[in-house]
Amino acid sequence: MTGILSLITFAPAIGAALILALRAGRPASPQGDDLARWIAFGTSLVTLGLSVLLTLRFDNANPGFQFVEDIPWFAGLHYRMGVDGISVLFVLLTAFLTPICIAASWKSVENRVTSYMVAFLLLEALVIGVFCALDLVLFYVFFEFGLAPMFLIIGIWGGKRRVYAAFKFFLYTLLGSVLMLAAVLAMIGASGTSSIPDLMAFRFEPWMQTWLWLAFFASFAVKMPMWPVHTWLPDAHVEAPTAGSVILAGILLKMGGYGFLRFSLPMFPDASQAFAPLVFALSAIAIVYTSLVAFRQTDIKKLIAYSSVAHMGFVTMGIFSFDVVGVQGAIFQMLSHGIISGALFLCVGVVYDRMHTREIAFYGGLVKRMPVYAAIFLLFTMGNVGLPGTSGFVGEIMTLTGVYFSSTWTALAATTGVILSAVYALTLYRRVIFGEMTNPALADITDVNLREILIFAPLVVATLWLGFQPGLVFNITASSVDGLLDAFRTAVGK
Amino acid sequence: MFATDLALATPLLILAGAALFLLVAGAYMARPDRLVGLGAMAALAASAVAAVIGPQGQAFSGALSADAASVFAQVVICLGSMVVIPLSQAWFERRGIRNFEFPVLVLLAALGMGMMAGAGDLLSLYIGIELQSLALYVMAALQRDDAKASEAGLKYFVLGALSSGLLLYGASLVYGFSGAIRFDAIAAAVQGEAGTGVLFGLVFMICGLAFKVSAAPFHMWTPDVYEGAPTPVVAFFAGAPKLAAMLLFARVLAEAFPLAADQWRQVLILIALASVAVGALAGLAQTNLKRLWAYSSIANVGYAVLGLAAGTAAGVQAMLVFMALYTVSVIGFFACLAALSRNGRPLETLDDMAGLFQQRPWLGLALTVFALSGLGLPPFAGFWGKYYVFMAAVNAGDPILLWSAVAALLGSVIAAFYYLRLVKVMWFDPPPGETDRPPVEAGAIAVGAAVFTFPVVLGLMPLIDRYAAAAAAALGLG
Repeated sequence: MTGILSLITFAPAIGAALILALRAGRPASPQGDDLARWIAFGTSLVTLGLSVLLTLRFDNANPGFQFVEDIPWFAGLHYRMGVDGISVLFVLLTAFLTPICIAASWKSVENRVTSYMVAFLLLEALVIGVFCALDLVLFYVFFEFGLAPMFLIIGIWGGKRRVYAAFKFFLYTLLGSVLMLAAVLAMIGASGTSSIPDLMAFRFEPWMQTWLWLAFFASFAVKMPMWPVHTWLPDAHVEAPTAGSVILAGILLKMGGYGFLRFSLPMFPDASQAFAPLVFALSAIAIVYTSLVAFRQTDIKKLIAYSSVAHMGFVTMGIFSFDVVGVQGAIFQMLSHGIISGALFLCVGVVYDRMHTREIAFYGGLVKRMPVYAAIFLLFTMGNVGLPGTSGFVGEIMTLTGVYFSSTWTALAATTGVILSAVYALTLYRRVIFGEMTNPALADITDVNLREILIFAPLVVATLWLGFQPGLVFNITASSVDGLLDAFRTAVGK
Repeated sequence: MFATDLALATPLLILAGAALFLLVAGAYMARPDRLVGLGAMAALAASAVAAVIGPQGQAFSGALSADAASVFAQVVICLGSMVVIPLSQAWFERRGIRNFEFPVLVLLAALGMGMMAGAGDLLSLYIGIELQSLALYVMAALQRDDAKASEAGLKYFVLGALSSGLLLYGASLVYGFSGAIRFDAIAAAVQGEAGTGVLFGLVFMICGLAFKVSAAPFHMWTPDVYEGAPTPVVAFFAGAPKLAAMLLFARVLAEAFPLAADQWRQVLILIALASVAVGALAGLAQTNLKRLWAYSSIANVGYAVLGLAAGTAAGVQAMLVFMALYTVSVIGFFACLAALSRNGRPLETLDDMAGLFQQRPWLGLALTVFALSGLGLPPFAGFWGKYYVFMAAVNAGDPILLWSAVAALLGSVIAAFYYLRLVKVMWFDPPPGETDRPPVEAGAIAVGAAVFTFPVVLGLMPLIDRYAAAAAAALGLG
């Protein structure tokens, strides 16, 4: 099975190269566009199949890295890939969401289809690379390179203020990342290795940990995003095309949380502990403040974007609780949010494709014309609120439990966030779906068609399945999380 | 003894001999330009091969050294000069200028660069610089009936002469206070920290060299010259000559003043940060791509100087890797500009590039690669150059250098804006009209350089790393 990680990572890139080779420089034609779509869809399905195989072959009992590939490169760097219980599910999530995104863009992206598909496949390859990389510099390469396709996706296929949003997205993230690069260089200089497993075992001086932690925090906090550096996210989401939003909320944000788990906790344990109160405070503010901001939004997508920031607050809080339940909950919350927020953005996409507006006030009474849509939207709204039975519940209750023991006040503040999320999400649902259909433009709006139902089906199944059987996830993550926290406790001497 | 010296100098002798022969031969031919061009390319290839397989050592009692560093530079110089010949000949031909002197000038410039790369004393340093510069001045002004090109050539010449003056003055002070012209003899005479007189001379020499590599605050000539000079000529003098000058810079500091590192480091840090700041901030206001890339080159030289400021072998290696990779992408960038025109008018401004990806996908993709590489986005070549530089600066053990590296990294975020703006214009905006069919050579060189910048560089890095490390070790810093 060695080599499967490279295969999963580069399969989408090969698909992208194939599309480019067949279509670049030729005039756009319906047949050509369809060819690009099918190649992209097929490639992403192959990647999904390989990822499922990877997850099935994954040895849950082994807390270390598996399927490791290691090829020496230059200047002490290695091409080193591997997955553990924390990263393997993110690979699966990425491979799961990409075909859905491509299918969702089938009809809504009409111009420059070739470039769109190439950018999407490239993005998938790079994101999977981020989760598989076991070399610090290789990780950085995948992490940063991903900005380029996302910049193009927002900037070419986005809404009216797409250029502004694309620049803001890129520059914000780059600013965080260059600080991380400085930290990466200092770490390699101090430890003499760029191997992530070796660095996990290496103990940096406490003063150095502080600086390194802050530099990594600058990058991951922007990526998550945490309050107060979240302001790029609503802009990026609102302007991005539907599938761009799905991939952004569903996967790109998770790179921040993954980074905390992969770098901050194991490599800078002392600093992590010292800065935990800061993270708690920022998370609590994020949860309450962005929930309140979400409530006042008039744009459906912006509302969901702010709700993403709030939900990511639970993740950061859970990670820095240094508690098995909290960290497990944070990982679960990331996976669940990836599915639910992705689905919510697709729900917005459905009405946007028909009416070309995302104003909440424009809609109302959709249940009369779109009963199936109303049911689907309801399920994901409930998932977003954290209704028991959906995957959203599990993540929230576990992160809250985990944090309760380390910081009761944070848990209390976060709990009000759960209530606030019900307020904004249900209000949104009421205003869009229920009520009288006063807007004559909505009179002949059509319900979701078969293609859209097929796109939503896997997301519905995943939300409910994980809601009723969260153990599926914990079986895989348990031993790696235990290993991570054991090492952490030994390091900080608790 | 003399035979050994000649053997060591073979790569340079090939260039000198070929330049003289082609100049005479060209005068007797009816249509000399193509043949002379081919001859010059052959001579450059032969010189690179001779450098690689030839013996190493000190020639002419230390005036010229053939070591791993000069071989590394000679290979880059010859390759960089070689691709420019077909690029510019085709470009000049389309403008009705058919001259065979151009390849000869390229050879002379390459000869000067080779001398700079191997200079072992103050005299060969000066001769190398002047030989290279004089050839470049003429090339900048080669389009005689174009006002801008003549202006560029004149500006380049006047300011270049000024900087040569500074350099000479510095060299004379160093000689006067140390009594030596050979770098190793200067090092032996100075012994440890440099006294006021020598230091004075060193600072003047650094100023002169900073001018040649267009580092701030001696960068003023760069935007004007880049804008006015013929595009393929800019492709030539934006790349290889800077590598040669940077290596010479490193030789002066490492071989003549190895123990005064703490003194020259301050000057270098100042130059590096000023260059990064000027390159990033002034670049924001540019709309002409040649001017924009002039500011980008100022910023890039700042990074290279930062590597040098580390004062370690790792720093010199970083500088060499950085400049070698930069040479390829800068040649590629200007080859793109040379390839693009609309109704016969060359595309030079940012707005001209609107919608380029839709019209010329391969050139658009190539320009995107160069922009992202300039931005320092991994895994493009520009990132790896910066990776080496910052690695050397962060780990040199000097807190000032560490914070300078962080400041330079933040500067690269500011500069990211203008690189992104180029990407934005090419990808997001609608094209204003059809572009002309790009000429084959320019297109091929541009795409080739882009393919090198990504992904070929990823495979070649182990090789580049090894040779640059050997080259840096030859300079003898710890």
